Amino acid sequence: MSDPATMSAAVVGSDAASGALSGPRGPKPRRRFSRRNVFIYGTLIVVALYYLLPLYVMIVTSLKGMPEIRLGNIFAPPVEVTFQPWVKAWSEACTGLNCDGLSRGFWNSVRITVPSVLLSIAIASVNGYALANWRFKGADAFFTILIFGAFIPYQVMLYPIVILLREMGIYGTLGGLVMVHSIFGMPILTLLFRNYFTSLPEELFKAARVDGAGFWQIYLQIMLPMSLPIFVVAMILQVTGIWNDFLFGVVYTKPDLYPMTVQLNNIVNSVQGVKEYNVNMAATLLTGLVPLVIYFVSGKLFVRGIAAGAVKG
Amino acid sequence: MDPSISIKNLKLSFGAVEVLHDLNLDIGKGEFLVLLGSSGCGKSTLLNCIAGLLDVTDGQIHIGGQNVTWEEPSKRGIGMVFQSYALYPQMTVEGNLAFGLKNAKIPKPEIKERIARAAKTLQMEPLLKRKPAALSGGQRQRVAIGRALVRDVDVFLFDEPLSNLDAKLRADLRVEIKQLHQTLGNTMIYVTHDQIEAMTLADRIAIMRGGSILQLDTPKEIYNRPATKYVAEFIGSPTMNFLDGRIEGGAAPRFTSDVASFDLAGYEFTPQGPQAGDAWFGIRPEHIIVGPEAAHSPFQLEGQVELVEPLGSDTLARVTSGGQRLWVRMDGQADITPGQTLPLGLTPALANIFDKTTEARL
Ligand SMILES: Nc1ncnc2c1ncn2[C@@H]1O[C@H](COP(=O)(O)OP(=O)(O)OP(=O)(O)O)[C@@H](O)[C@H]1O
Ligand SMILES: [Mg+2]
Repeated sequence: MSDPATMSAAVVGSDAASGALSGPRGPKPRRRFSRRNVFIYGTLIVVALYYLLPLYVMIVTSLKGMPEIRLGNIFAPPVEVTFQPWVKAWSEACTGLNCDGLSRGFWNSVRITVPSVLLSIAIASVNGYALANWRFKGADAFFTILIFGAFIPYQVMLYPIVILLREMGIYGTLGGLVMVHSIFGMPILTLLFRNYFTSLPEELFKAARVDGAGFWQIYLQIMLPMSLPIFVVAMILQVTGIWNDFLFGVVYTKPDLYPMTVQLNNIVNSVQGVKEYNVNMAATLLTGLVPLVIYFVSGKLFVRGIAAGAVKG
Repeated sequence: MDPSISIKNLKLSFGAVEVLHDLNLDIGKGEFLVLLGSSGCGKSTLLNCIAGLLDVTDGQIHIGGQNVTWEEPSKRGIGMVFQSYALYPQMTVEGNLAFGLKNAKIPKPEIKERIARAAKTLQMEPLLKRKPAALSGGQRQRVAIGRALVRDVDVFLFDEPLSNLDAKLRADLRVEIKQLHQTLGNTMIYVTHDQIEAMTLADRIAIMRGGSILQLDTPKEIYNRPATKYVAEFIGSPTMNFLDGRIEGGAAPRFTSDVASFDLAGYEFTPQGPQAGDAWFGIRPEHIIVGPEAAHSPFQLEGQVELVEPLGSDTLARVTSGGQRLWVRMDGQADITPGQTLPLGLTPALANIFDKTTEARL
């Protein structure tokens, strides 16, 4: 019986000895310039340039004076940096009707975006919660119809909605546009929230019901505090979507109430006088600033929320 | 004795699929009932029906003498503990315990008092201010039990409360739950697929399969007199051995297989009595006597050892005898090696015989 014992001792001994020997050990070294790396980084750099170059041109151009632009080298950095085009784009540029720049459009867009985002998220999150957790009668049919709505092209509904808004007496008002944005955001947002809420443990919902919490209490006290990431995702989707909207803005509002995108178009396409490229570039950058800021501020939460929603459902 | 819970002709379907079939069950006051069955047999579904978390398709549920079939979960006088703990992540332990009480509009001083009492019973006073994320699995499950405890209800429902915990913690909490039941005297329904939990905790065990209850009896009775072959196989580890053969009826029934033929004197038949036909002779590993003492058994076999599993307290061995495989359980100190031939003794009085076609006990 003593044989195995000595044998195992010998094995342990030789193990320890081999630890000091040469041979592969520790993390496997990686070659920095392998063909694979060159290919991956090469592709990434090309793609990045493809997207960054236009942005660069826009920024550079918006900081030049008109004489410098007429020299024609669009890639050259500005010799003399001037912020005049930005000021002009914001407060002096002329659209067809008036000459108070983009500022009017900016405030219109704010007044359209904020209520639309809040309203659509509030309604869609309750929809999603009800669909995910309460499974009321006809829930599946309701959901199917809603999702189907996401695939109908907007153009088909443009005119019927004009009639609808006119009958309701809110055609051409900000309220009408807010309603249109809220309704069109509903399918995708409801889907998003429903999937997120189904991914939360069902037993939590059951526990809350045993604890006597009702529909709104479970939503407000249990579900909401756990759902910050998905609310951020929804907010980003809606803010960028509604801010960048052109079609609904131009169709459902009057010139006084045009959102920033429509005004930008009017400035850039206005035919009077010389084309002021620097002002146009500045105006475009100003319009894109809001979605850009939203992305940078909440980018991390965005990715987390997308991932959380993607796990299940 | 009035039943604390009584389930009458309960049916539940998910769409076209019927998951619970015409189930009847009476649970006495203060009884500890364990629902045991393999995965997907409808244990959680039954528990959710009792809790009111699922609308039943047909039938009635009575709790504490009242028909609660249409009642809200919170109005049924139950507390429930879930497998995944289901603690509200953004609330502290105290908040978790208080949530249900606040919803029931119980005055603040009483909430405080009840939480203090539950915390003392479950020894979690130092945890009250923490969030669930800062607790270990065992502590979380204790909080979940506490949440049922503060509700001051007569019925506790547990859905596999220990299956997310490691073996040691499981054994500890199992003892605590048993202790809790003895102190409180509540009615408890406990779902598990761990037969050790079932055997140790239950006053009665309900063995479920495919949405029906196969047998409802004390752990001892289920272990010793399983009603069907399925129950016999489900309870006990390693499972019961089955010898393939046939019964010859008459005044002195005999069991005959290709290994042997023996007299069934001492075997307790069901009231229907022995019936001739193909049958399984089932005997538990620990009821096979091994070694020289086998000579005193009513019937003897010889078996060759194929495999040995020493467990410390016991030693299990797989032996073959005339082409049939048997597991036997021996003392932990037994010194046996594969290839060895062992004398085996069988006692028909300790066996269970099942009809081959109906699989019911004879
Ligand atoms: N929402 C549902 N829709 C359709 N079928 C369901 C639903 N929930 C459960 N089932 C089915 O009902 C049956 C019983 O499920 P149940 O959850 O009660 O099993 P269980 O005995 O608790 O199993 P486990 O031990 O795995 O928890 C399963 O076959 C399951 O597929
Ligand atoms: Mg289950």
